[in-house]
Amino acid sequence: MNRPATDISEWLKAQDSKELLRFITCGSVDDGKSTLIGRLLYDTKQIFDDQLSALEADSRKHGTQGEGIDFALLVDGLSAEREQGITIDVAYRFFASEKRKFIVADTPGHEQYTRNMVTGASTADLAVLLVDARKGVLTQTRRHSYLAQLLGIRHFILAVTKMDLVDFDQSAFDAIAADYRVFAGQIGIKDWTAIPVSGLGGDNIGEQSSRMGWYAGPTLLEQLDSVPIDATSDAAKPFRLPVQWVNRPDQSFRGFAGQIAAGSVKPGDEVRVLPSGRQTRVARIVTRDGDLHEAIAGQSITLTLNEEVDCSRGDVIAAATQAPEAADQFEATIVWMDEHEMLPGRGYWLKLGTQLVTATVQHPKYEINVNTLERLAAKTLELNSIGIAEVATDREIVFEPYVVDGGSPNRALGGFILIDKLTNATVAAGMLHFALRRSLNIHRQHLDVSRETHATLKGQKPAVLWFTGLSGSGKSTIANLVEKKLVARGRHTFLLDGDNIRHGLNRDLGFTEADRIENMRRVGEVARLMADAGLIVLTAFISPFRAEREMVRKMLPEGEFIEVFVDTPLADAEKRDPKGLYAKARAGEIKNFTGIDSPYEPPENAEIVIDTMTLTAEAAADRIVEELSKRGRL
Amino acid sequence: MMLYSIGKDSAVMLHLAKKAFFPGPLPFPLLHVDTTWKFSDMYALRDRVAADPAVQLIVYKNPEAERLGINPFDHGPAHTDMWKTEGLKQALDKYRFDAAFGGARRDEEKSRAKERIFSFRDRNHRWDPKRQRPELWSLYNVRKNKGESVRVFPLSNWTELDVWQYILREKIEIVPLYFAGERPVVERDGLILLVDDDRIPLNGEQPQMRRVRFRTLGCYPLTGAVESAACTVEEIVAEMLVTTTSERQGRAIDRDAGTASMEKKKQEGYF
Repeated sequence: MNRPATDISEWLKAQDSKELLRFITCGSVDDGKSTLIGRLLYDTKQIFDDQLSALEADSRKHGTQGEGIDFALLVDGLSAEREQGITIDVAYRFFASEKRKFIVADTPGHEQYTRNMVTGASTADLAVLLVDARKGVLTQTRRHSYLAQLLGIRHFILAVTKMDLVDFDQSAFDAIAADYRVFAGQIGIKDWTAIPVSGLGGDNIGEQSSRMGWYAGPTLLEQLDSVPIDATSDAAKPFRLPVQWVNRPDQSFRGFAGQIAAGSVKPGDEVRVLPSGRQTRVARIVTRDGDLHEAIAGQSITLTLNEEVDCSRGDVIAAATQAPEAADQFEATIVWMDEHEMLPGRGYWLKLGTQLVTATVQHPKYEINVNTLERLAAKTLELNSIGIAEVATDREIVFEPYVVDGGSPNRALGGFILIDKLTNATVAAGMLHFALRRSLNIHRQHLDVSRETHATLKGQKPAVLWFTGLSGSGKSTIANLVEKKLVARGRHTFLLDGDNIRHGLNRDLGFTEADRIENMRRVGEVARLMADAGLIVLTAFISPFRAEREMVRKMLPEGEFIEVFVDTPLADAEKRDPKGLYAKARAGEIKNFTGIDSPYEPPENAEIVIDTMTLTAEAAADRIVEELSKRGRL
Repeated sequence: MMLYSIGKDSAVMLHLAKKAFFPGPLPFPLLHVDTTWKFSDMYALRDRVAADPAVQLIVYKNPEAERLGINPFDHGPAHTDMWKTEGLKQALDKYRFDAAFGGARRDEEKSRAKERIFSFRDRNHRWDPKRQRPELWSLYNVRKNKGESVRVFPLSNWTELDVWQYILREKIEIVPLYFAGERPVVERDGLILLVDDDRIPLNGEQPQMRRVRFRTLGCYPLTGAVESAACTVEEIVAEMLVTTTSERQGRAIDRDAGTASMEKKKQEGYF
C-alpha cells in the first residue's frame, strides 16, 4: 500500500490505473510458505497495529518462533487449521506495491489436495514455487510445476527459502537453480526466475538482502512487479462475449449482457452469434453512464445488435471473421475432485462459460502420475487424479482449446467444470484440447426403409415401456402380463428382461456402479434399435439410477419412452424375496445390492406409477394398457 | 435477494447491481434485516434508497426479539444472535429466498479469506468450511437441492481501499457518519459510542462533543467511533493509509469469543 504521495488525489488516481496480478504460492508449510506470504504483507504494510498485537499474542501461544513474531500465523485462517498446523484449503490474500495490486491464492502442498492447487492456479498469472534451501527440488516441486503449467500458467518464480539456515550460501542456491533448469527444460517451462530468500529475515522479499551480496537479480516483489499479465494478452485476442443474460426491460430494448472474455469491441463491428452462426453488427455498448466507444476483455457490458437475431444465455458473440468452433465431442484433460470416483458413461452437468449441457466422459485414455509424469492405464479417475479422456455433450457447445502454444490460456471458453446431477457437487475441472472429428466423419448409414415404414407396416406406433423398481417388486411379472395383452390385440412386441440379458449380451458386466451404467446404456441402445424396427419394447430392469433412465429417454423421439415405476416398499419387496436375493445380500453374500448397500433413486416424473400394495399384477397390467391407449400409442 | 445493511459495502454492491441490470430495474429485492438499533442516519439513507422506483426494499425484524425487547445493553451477545443471525434465518425461510447477495470481503477477516464467492448453506443455514465446492476460473456452480441456499459475495476480492476508490470514482452516496463531524459521544471499555438517541443508558455520564467518524457501521451501541478530521473520501483514504488499526477493530461483536469468533458466528449462520 505504501505511504501516500503529497497529493492524495494524485495518489488515488495512480491506484486506479494499477494493474492486477494474481498469483499462486505452492509448497508445504515446512517450506516456509506462510512465513513468506506473511512477510510480503508485512513488507508492503498490509498489517495493522491491532492485527500485529493479536499476532504477537498468537505467536506466544501457538507460534514456533519463541518470543519472535510467527508470520505464518497471520496467514493460517481457520481455527481448525491452526490447531492442526496445516493449511487445508485455498485462501486469498491481498496486497499492493507501488505498481500493482496483487491477489495471492495460498494453496496447500499436501498431496491429497491437488484439487485446491488446481483451483488456485485456474485464476493465476504466475506461480511462486517454494523450495527449502536445505532440501532442494523435491517431487512436490515438480508436481506443483506440472499442475501450474497444466492450468496454463506461463510465469514461474522459484523462491529458494530459508537461506538463513544454509548461511546464505551461494553454492546451495546455484545447485538448486541448476537442478530446476533441467526439469523446467523437460516439461517446457520457459519463463522462470530463481530468487534466494529468507522469510524470517525478510531477505530479497521486499528489499534486497544485505546478507547475499552475491545475488544481483530481482527481489521477489520486483519480479512480481515486472512479469507480463494475462489480461493484457487476452485483450489482444479476437473478440468473445459469452452471453450471460438477455436484458429485456420492455419491447423496445434487447441487450446482451456478459463479461468480455477476450478482445475488444466497438459499435459497428461485424459479429457472429454462435452456435447459430448468424452475422450482424454491434449497434451500441450500453452502460448506465452513457454509451461506450469501445470495451475490452475483462469489462462487463451490455451490447445491442443491429438486427433481431436469435441469441440467448449460453450463446457467444464473437468477431465475425475469427469466430470459435462449436462441437459436441472433445478430448480433454480432467482433474477429478470428488470423493466418489468418475463414472464413465454417466451424465454430468458440464458448465463452460455460460453454457450448461449434459456430458458423458469415456473411460480415460490414460491417467497421469503427477509425481513422475508417467502415463498410466486407468479405468476411471479418483479424487485428485488427472487423466485424458473423451467428452461428449448432448448438444453442440462453443469452445476454444484451453492452451494455445505461447499464449495466455483461453480460460473462459476452454475451461469447464462437471457437476454431479444428484448431489450438485462440483466433481471435476477440465480443459478442452480439441474437437474430435469422428462425430463429423462417421456419417450414419442412410437407410432407405425408414423407422416410419417399419412402424406403418406393423400398423402400430413404436414405444419403449421402461419398467423400473426394486428387485422383487413385480416388474417382470407385470411386464409379461402387459406383453400378453398387447399380443392379444395383435401388437408386435418384445420383452427385454434383466436376468436374460445378463446371461447373454451383458455377460461381461458385474454389479458395480460403473457396470450398471454400461448395462443400462446397452439395454437402452438395443431398445432403441427395436423401436426403430417398429416394435413396442418392454424392459424389466431394476435400473436404479435416475441419470441412466434419463439417458435412455433422450435416445428416443419425444413420447416414445414411457417410464413405469413399479412402486413397492423395500420392506415388502424383501418380505416377498422370490429369488432369495435379499437374504443373501443381508448376509453379505451379494455386494452392491439395490436397496441394501446400493441406492435406488425413484423416478420423479414417471409416466405411470403402479402401487403394488393396492393393485394386483393383473389390474396393474390393465392399467398400463389403458394408459398406452390414452396416450395414443395403441 | 440482496442483503442491504446500509453500510459502504452494501452501497457499492447496490451501485454495481444497478449498473449491471441497466436499463432494466433490479430483478431482485433488497432485504434489510433490522435490529431497530442502527444509527438514525442509516435509516435516513435506507429510506432514500427505497424511494427509487427501480428498487424494492423488504425490511425484516425478528418478531420474537421485538416482543422480548432484546437490546445490546441488557442482553449482550443475544442481541446480535437474535436480531441478526436469527432474524436473517427467519427472513430467508419466510420469503423462501434461495440466494442472497452479501457485501463481505475476504480481506476483512481471516476466516473470510477462505470463503467461496458462491457459498453454500445447508437446510439449517450453516456453513461448513470443510465441504466447500471448488471454484475454478469464473465458473460458479449454482445448483442446489431443495431447502439449501447460497450466499453470494461479489465483492470477495475487493479490499477496503478498492471500496473507497470506487465510492470516490462513482460518487456513491454513503451514510454521513463515515465522515468526521462534531458528535455527542461517551467512552466505554475503550469504545467511543455515539449517543444517537435516548435509549442509551447514561449512568451519570456526560456526553462529550468530539470530532469523530465511523469506519464501519452497525448497531450504534456496539460500534465504536474513531477520532478523525476526515471530511471527504480523499481524506478518509489518506487517514486509512497512515492508520494502524484494521477496519473491524471498532466492532465489539468480534471480541465475544476470542480470535475464532467470526468463524464460529458464520457456522451458526451469521452473514
